Amino acid sequence: MARTIQSVERAAALLRLLAGGERRLGLSDIASAMGLAKATAHGLLRTLQREGFVEQDERSGKYQLGAELLRLGNSYLDVHELRARALVWTDDLARASGESAYLGVLHHGGVLLVHHVFRPDDSRQVLEIGALLPLHCTALGKVLSAYDPVAHSELAELELTAVTDRTVTDRAELEKELVRVRDRGWAGDLGGTWEGVASIAAPVFDRRRMPVGAVAVTGAVERMTVAGGAADGELSPRLIAAVRDCARSVSRDLGAGRF
Amino acid sequence: MNAPDTPREFIAAIDQGTTSSRCIVFDRDGRIVAVDQKEHRQIFPRPGWVEHDATEIWRNVQEVTAGALAKSGITSDEVKAIGITNQRETTLLWEKATGRPVHNALVWQDTRTDQLCRELGRDTGQERFRRATGLPLASYFSGPKVRWLLDNVPGLRERAERGEILFGTMDSWVIWNLTGGPDGGQHVTDVTNASRTMLMNLHTMEWDREILAAMDVPAAVLPRIGSSAEIYGTAADGPLAGTPVASALGDQQAALFGQTCYAVGEGKSTYGTGTFLLMNTGEQPVSSYHGLLTTVGYRIGGQRPVYALEGAIAVTGALVQWMRDQMGLISTAAEIETLALSVEDNGGAYFVPAFSGLFAPYWRSDARGVIAGLTRYVTKAHLARAVLEATAWQTREIVDAMRKDSGTGLTALKVDGGMTANNLLMQNIADFLDVPVVRPMVSETTCLGAAYAAGLATGFWAGTEELRANWRRAAEWTPRMDPALRDREYRQWLKAVQRTMGWLDEES
Repeated sequence: MARTIQSVERAAALLRLLAGGERRLGLSDIASAMGLAKATAHGLLRTLQREGFVEQDERSGKYQLGAELLRLGNSYLDVHELRARALVWTDDLARASGESAYLGVLHHGGVLLVHHVFRPDDSRQVLEIGALLPLHCTALGKVLSAYDPVAHSELAELELTAVTDRTVTDRAELEKELVRVRDRGWAGDLGGTWEGVASIAAPVFDRRRMPVGAVAVTGAVERMTVAGGAADGELSPRLIAAVRDCARSVSRDLGAGRF
Repeated sequence: MNAPDTPREFIAAIDQGTTSSRCIVFDRDGRIVAVDQKEHRQIFPRPGWVEHDATEIWRNVQEVTAGALAKSGITSDEVKAIGITNQRETTLLWEKATGRPVHNALVWQDTRTDQLCRELGRDTGQERFRRATGLPLASYFSGPKVRWLLDNVPGLRERAERGEILFGTMDSWVIWNLTGGPDGGQHVTDVTNASRTMLMNLHTMEWDREILAAMDVPAAVLPRIGSSAEIYGTAADGPLAGTPVASALGDQQAALFGQTCYAVGEGKSTYGTGTFLLMNTGEQPVSSYHGLLTTVGYRIGGQRPVYALEGAIAVTGALVQWMRDQMGLISTAAEIETLALSVEDNGGAYFVPAFSGLFAPYWRSDARGVIAGLTRYVTKAHLARAVLEATAWQTREIVDAMRKDSGTGLTALKVDGGMTANNLLMQNIADFLDVPVVRPMVSETTCLGAAYAAGLATGFWAGTEELRANWRRAAEWTPRMDPALRDREYRQWLKAVQRTMGWLDEES
């Protein structure tokens, strides 16, 4: 068995102690219940207090479980809450870009589309909410894999299948791209998921700066890329800016600080 | 996006609502440029009484107008027209010479005229003025509220008869003040607001002498009835001095207009705490025998008025709030969808939220809420399904009543309001109605409607076809429910509705 860290074990035992039976305990009760010197117990309590896991009652000086622990327990952001917050911003994104806008979250080793805004023209389009897209080739999937460690570890388990001729199937090459995604703050896909279709995505963060999803626009390669000049064939800077603006606005709405 | 050489031109819409006043500036494509908003006090002098301080409201309207202009960074001469939309039926009387309200405004929700309405019904009951006005005698509408003020504010009736007092709904109050107040302000209302006073004849679009006599309201207090899209006057001072005031529409009619429901059979539904569904019925008023209201949809300048049927659902978003606040089954409104999606169906449970009786099309005040079909199998997730389905089935009941009254079926339902964020609910509505449900890209359809009407009146937009071209579909839900299953579920729902009736004893 791997070596364990004693102070973490003691911290865990202390939290269990505060969680059970008597809700508020004084320093000497805690020290004697755990068989520790008062100074050791005090050090543990102060550290946990700084992290918000323990609180000290001002009047009695006794200790109890902190609010941060409760938040930890139900901190996951409901995807429908995420959609409700993203609604106006993704409408704006579709209007400003002239392309369809999406909101995706990590789900069972893929990207679940939780919101979709139609391209603002009069063409027939079908709502794609509920569709599951691959992680390794879509712009949404690459953003999630680059920012969310859970997505990244799920990606490591997946086979990198060639969805089109342009899909990156070499793991080392994909990892290099994910580093690039983190460096510049967005991901692109040029025909790697559907022939002739391009996509740009950027991450959405919650108030603890955790990546909770990603927004994207998707459209024909011809409309999404620069024509002519040095940047010929590259994704349009105007659309990249629009996607990143949208992601920042949703993040701000969720309480993430400026970045 | 505007090219640098195209002139910057905008329309400002003022929405004087029940809880707040807002100003939104729109560009030529109908896109939002800036928003400002300010809430006002809700005054509850007694149970069932709801009032607003009209002076506070006018101050807020001025503030948000200046605020929206400042945020957008545009100058007043770039604003080509001002449009007004407002909470409907809320009633105010003020002094012509000073602009001072003689009493707080009586808000549409205020029920102090219940008894008066019963007296006015005499032997005929609720339907006494239905043929002329399209409305049942109920405490929402302005006429009985005017009568209450005349009866209860000392000396008011004599002053009103001498022509010293003006009556208006909030559109009139805002327009009169905007165009100069005591100093030449225009005393005018539009056909949509006038159609909610219970004093206007729907067929002539004029104040109805017989009803005025029956309600004992002197004609001297009444504003001129204008169309919904015409230049009533120009702003006298403030940030928009010199700008034409060019539209007025009640909020639900403004949403109908903003959703570009310009053809017979086109309808919109606004999903909030409650829900309002309006359907365009064309140039003839359609009488309702199924508990709907007949109302004016809009009238553009000298064109013929366009009528609408209206159905209201009292409890929709409020039921989700109830699940959150009273039952504690969810922590945010959006979570109702997560909970509902954790099961395949309603598990046999049906939830009829007749919290204060059944409204359209039943109008049974003796009904109370029911959850029917409970077994040990039913979980909170099934109830979450039943909650969303309740909104969808109630929409279906209103749409059915509209079809029976007008002979016109709805071809598609345009939706707006907060609950359109709920994908499962929107799919349920499409499935239960068996018509596509469509969400537009601009969710602020009420303000947009007021802006559109003002833009039409001033030639900013050429016609309704141009406005239709501005309309953008953000999402569309297509029906995909098995018809046999739909019929079976609807029968179950209707059975559950029957269970709610007669719960209250007659004497209570």
